[in-house]
Amino acid sequence: MGGMDIGQDESQSIVSRSQDSGVRKAGKIMSLREAVAEFVRDGDSVALEGFTHLIPSAAGHEIIRQEKKDLTLIRMTPDLIYDAMIGMGCARKLIFSWGGNPGVGSLHRFRDAIENGWPEPLEIEEHSHAGMANRYVAGASNLPFAVLRGYVGTDLPEVTSTIKPITCPFTGEELMAVLALNPDVTIIHAQQADRRGNVALWGITGIQKEAAFSAKKVIVTVEEVVEKFEARPFGIVLPSVAVNAISIEPRGAFPSYADGYYDRDNSFYEAWDPISRDRDEFRGWMERHILGVDSFADHLRSIDTEEAAR
Amino acid sequence: MTGTVEKDPYTTDEMMTVAASRELRDGAVCFVGIGLPSEAANLARATHAPDCFLVYESGTLGAKPNVLPLSIGDGVLAEHADSVVSVPEVFNYWLQAGRVDVGFLGAAQIDRFGNINTTVVGPYGDPKVRLPGAGGAPEIAASAKEVIVMLRHTSRAFVEDLAFVTSVGYRHGGGSRQELGYSGGGPAVIITDLGVLRPDPETKEFVLTALHPGATVEEAREATSWDLKVAGEVDSTEPPSDKELRVLRELRARTERARGTRA
Repeated sequence: MGGMDIGQDESQSIVSRSQDSGVRKAGKIMSLREAVAEFVRDGDSVALEGFTHLIPSAAGHEIIRQEKKDLTLIRMTPDLIYDAMIGMGCARKLIFSWGGNPGVGSLHRFRDAIENGWPEPLEIEEHSHAGMANRYVAGASNLPFAVLRGYVGTDLPEVTSTIKPITCPFTGEELMAVLALNPDVTIIHAQQADRRGNVALWGITGIQKEAAFSAKKVIVTVEEVVEKFEARPFGIVLPSVAVNAISIEPRGAFPSYADGYYDRDNSFYEAWDPISRDRDEFRGWMERHILGVDSFADHLRSIDTEEAAR
Repeated sequence: MTGTVEKDPYTTDEMMTVAASRELRDGAVCFVGIGLPSEAANLARATHAPDCFLVYESGTLGAKPNVLPLSIGDGVLAEHADSVVSVPEVFNYWLQAGRVDVGFLGAAQIDRFGNINTTVVGPYGDPKVRLPGAGGAPEIAASAKEVIVMLRHTSRAFVEDLAFVTSVGYRHGGGSRQELGYSGGGPAVIITDLGVLRPDPETKEFVLTALHPGATVEEAREATSWDLKVAGEVDSTEPPSDKELRVLRELRARTERARGTRA
């Protein structure tokens, strides 16, 4: 990996050194607890992105632990992390394009909220992937909407008010417009940050860049801080000026993948099915492994311990 | 699926995957989803279509996975890909721009004109079953030059009226799809575990044109909620060849081994 392992304490000194050398303060390294407390407010619209790769699980857990409420959760593929947040009552509304447990089946908390209003009614706003992707692009470009060829003839425009027909002013052609997305906060997980607060991610980078640039505030969790980035094919770098906070969370995308660090833990995706199927089972699991621990590192230890006891 | 099929050394799902893989011609640019479509496309790549160019919606172009991806973000898709791009780029520059020859789709429900529901069963505001939703399907259905649909043949899936139109096939049949202005040609074929359905050139209603070994017209009719039309001459699908079965099973075995080490 060519990186250096830097603990939380040591990382704090990176910031002061950066400040000494006159580097601007953007991309400030802080604990995830501080970052979520400072930047995520009740009622905010929050996008946690990562297209089944680099899913910001640690950040999702921290939001649950801090009992954030009335959030509008935005994410193309809600995945396990939004299933947990919805089941814990963090969300008032969900904006999404595909809500399943990838490769396994249903998201039971997502379904229970929509089908039965448990733990509380969940408003939904659904698009296709292309619609969501273009909404982020419009938001990142400071445009009010994006235009695409799609949705015509489907029932989606009838149920989703952020899809409207539009006439091309040049050709008269009928197209579809989708409203820009500008989340209050976007949170992504990346492989690395450097000492100046720049962020590097590689492998499948999905929609993270657009989600970050469309947001008012950006939190990035990273596997580690390194001295210098290596060149990576298809890698992208988010400059520190585009990032508000960086938190070091090794394995912070578990159980999803982090290219170059770890693969998806498929057994956890499978285990989530019975954990999330039953309301009491789900609540008990959340209390043991998320509410009852202090950090994502503790969470990982806690599920390992339970696994070993079986 | 009794009798003959049970005696044969392959399953109806294997037959479905093999039949779908045969539809993919070599050199085609193919937009693939996870699951059965990914299995069929990679079987094709490992047999008769080594130069098909696989595009996954996560942005991997020219993906060459040696095991089946667990999800759309699986690193095996990026590892040997010719390029890895963003999600907006794959939908806008590839699919919407008409660079995709073949798109694979699955479905929870399908109607006689190949329209697809993956959104909801029951009323939208008070659903009986909430399904995952659209994903990449509406734009694949709109813009791929042709679409191959794969799903198991049951009366709950092959329905008279869709609860929700997520992705457009031939809409109300005839020329009604063209009025929508999409560049893609629509669903060319539906491959099921019983047989093959293709659209009537005029009405665009899907007609049973082939049966897999062991399946009967009666079975297909029973597993279809509308009055299924059957071609004058129904072909019999060639059973999986030894090579097709061997390659498919090796692919699955490699995938299982890889999953084992990941867990």
